[in-house]
Amino acid sequence: MFTISQLIKPGRPLLKNGDEPRPVTVYESVSKRPEALTNGSQASAGSSWAIEARNLNVYYGDFRAVKDINLQVHPHKITALIGPSGCGKSTLLRAFNRMNELIPTARATGSVLYRGQDIYAADVDPVEVRRRIGMVFQKPNPFPKSIYENVAWGARINGYRGNMDEMVELSLRQAALWDEVKDKLHQSALALSGGQQQRLCIARAIAVRPDIILMDEPASALDPIATLKIEELMRELAENYTIIIVTHNMQQAARVSDYTAFLMMDADRAGMLIEYGPTRQIFTRPADRRTEDYITGRFG
Amino acid sequence: METSSVLKEGTAYLVRRKRVALIWHLIFLAATIVGVIALTTLLYTIINQSFGLVAVQNQIEPESLAVDGVPLEQLSREQLVEIFKTHVSAGVFRRYDAEQPFAERSRENVYALVLERVVQPRYVKTWPLSQALFNRREIEAEAARDFPQARLVFRSWVTADFLRNPQSSAAELAGVRTAILGSLWTILITIAVALPIGVAAAVYLEEYARDHWLTRLIRTNINNLAGVPSIIYGMLGLAIFVRAAEAFTSGAAFGLADPTTANGRTILSAGLTLALLILPLLIINAQEAIRAVPRSLRQASYGLGATQWQTIWHHVLPSALPGILTGTILAISRAIGETAPLVVVGASTFIVVDPNGPFSRFTTLPIQIYQWTARPQPQFRNLAAAAIVVLLALLLIMNATAILLRNRYSRRI
Repeated sequence: MFTISQLIKPGRPLLKNGDEPRPVTVYESVSKRPEALTNGSQASAGSSWAIEARNLNVYYGDFRAVKDINLQVHPHKITALIGPSGCGKSTLLRAFNRMNELIPTARATGSVLYRGQDIYAADVDPVEVRRRIGMVFQKPNPFPKSIYENVAWGARINGYRGNMDEMVELSLRQAALWDEVKDKLHQSALALSGGQQQRLCIARAIAVRPDIILMDEPASALDPIATLKIEELMRELAENYTIIIVTHNMQQAARVSDYTAFLMMDADRAGMLIEYGPTRQIFTRPADRRTEDYITGRFG
Repeated sequence: METSSVLKEGTAYLVRRKRVALIWHLIFLAATIVGVIALTTLLYTIINQSFGLVAVQNQIEPESLAVDGVPLEQLSREQLVEIFKTHVSAGVFRRYDAEQPFAERSRENVYALVLERVVQPRYVKTWPLSQALFNRREIEAEAARDFPQARLVFRSWVTADFLRNPQSSAAELAGVRTAILGSLWTILITIAVALPIGVAAAVYLEEYARDHWLTRLIRTNINNLAGVPSIIYGMLGLAIFVRAAEAFTSGAAFGLADPTTANGRTILSAGLTLALLILPLLIINAQEAIRAVPRSLRQASYGLGATQWQTIWHHVLPSALPGILTGTILAISRAIGETAPLVVVGASTFIVVDPNGPFSRFTTLPIQIYQWTARPQPQFRNLAAAAIVVLLALLLIMNATAILLRNRYSRRI
């Protein structure tokens, strides 16, 4: 058992208002901030959602992995997806940038709105979706190339035309890795420690200047100190990016996230969204009995 | 008391299990020993035939060619030319003179000619290495009795001359140059055709093709094709490349050969046939290598907004390259040792002219070996053994090159 006041860093405001200006990008294809996406049903001061799932269902073959998900993600905030194993957290996360499509039998119904555009519409190219909605995976998976190449590659294939050295340095600095690797940029990325590899993967993801970064249990393969570094980094990144994180670790969700969504399986083993709200509220005054049972460790 | 005796001797059940384990252990050991014996025998046979004693008998003894007491090897160029002229027919002399005028030939050249055409050493009998080592006395007695004029010489059948000389009907002069060149040309064409097609097909089947009945049928059939006997591929090559595409494979279509005499039994036909033969092997191996590339690598690439082609070109293929190269080594080793399909496609059994391009007639090392073993004269068995040594060395060199290449690529990652 733990109390929420121990978990959340003192002095950190849970909610920030307004969008900080994002770093200037040199990409030709991206020039605009997200268009204002007015949503009549939401009263939250006319702010637009970073990304929004509407009646989203994801199937693997005949099996429905997530069911009727409606979720609005706040821009420049960290949203945590929590829930017991197999409840479809990762599936939902991957549905946000069409990564599920790499699994041949997967398909989705409903819609995911990004800047007012359904990313599952027939004329949307998943390649462009994934450029704008990046991903960091559970196990650090740097390319078997040099540290420099790991960061530069994504930018290069996406048509980056600026100064590559500066871009690599900026991305590595943003990922809090620069000081550790600046003298060995051209050595293999596989020689780094697990925590450094994961931060390199984050640097690689932000090098293509996405709007949203999806993180699938980014610290579950790391030791506590490396985990802490990743969490600090996520707080810093939230200044400029919208982050959605899947985590098994409830302390982590409580420490790091601004909003929390709790998912659970129904009788058909399909994942459902049970409760979604500000993290403090979910962890202190959950509205649903099942959420309370889960976060107090009574099941799951 | 109970516990201590059980711990020492084990229960009856444990004793039984250990006995079963021992039996299997011995069976595996025996299998290994059989394999080692078979390999050793093979190597022994080849080495045994590649070295040994020969009884050399000269047509004309060099001593009898001495002029005024000066031995043959110390004679001047002019004296050697004179000896050559008196001992060969006028026609032969004119032919050599036309090849290169005697006035321009060096002393060593003329000396070699005199040895070859005048002294004419012939191997009247050969003994393999094992007998040469252990039965030397009996061999000397036999040679003195049966071939009083002959000298006993210990020689290796694999020599620089053996590699340099073209084929010859005389065992003393025969070499494998044409066969080596034929093999290299054929393999070159085989690799150039099979490798790109094989890798491309594997990439398509693994990365692009959707999983449905047609692709499953294709995959199954590629696996089956890898097991088809090579002579069938020979028939296919004969029908398609030698006959149907004769204008193309003979070079006549490109104006490189005389259409009236040209035929399709060329290096090109052989290379294409072998390419067909190893294509299934290459595809299967490349598929395995591509499948072994971790999924996380592809996900990382797609997650950055890479297209499928960028993912394949920058990540999948480089990671799969060592595996693809290993498969290629195996496939080429198979192709270089193939005999049956080339016999069907029409390798020449006797050829003294070097192949000079894809449209020449050809022979290869395995064909040469096969043909020499079929000869009645025992000397050709030694030549066949020596050619096997050359073939094995060629294979080793090619494999070593491929392994070095592969290691270089693996290290770079």
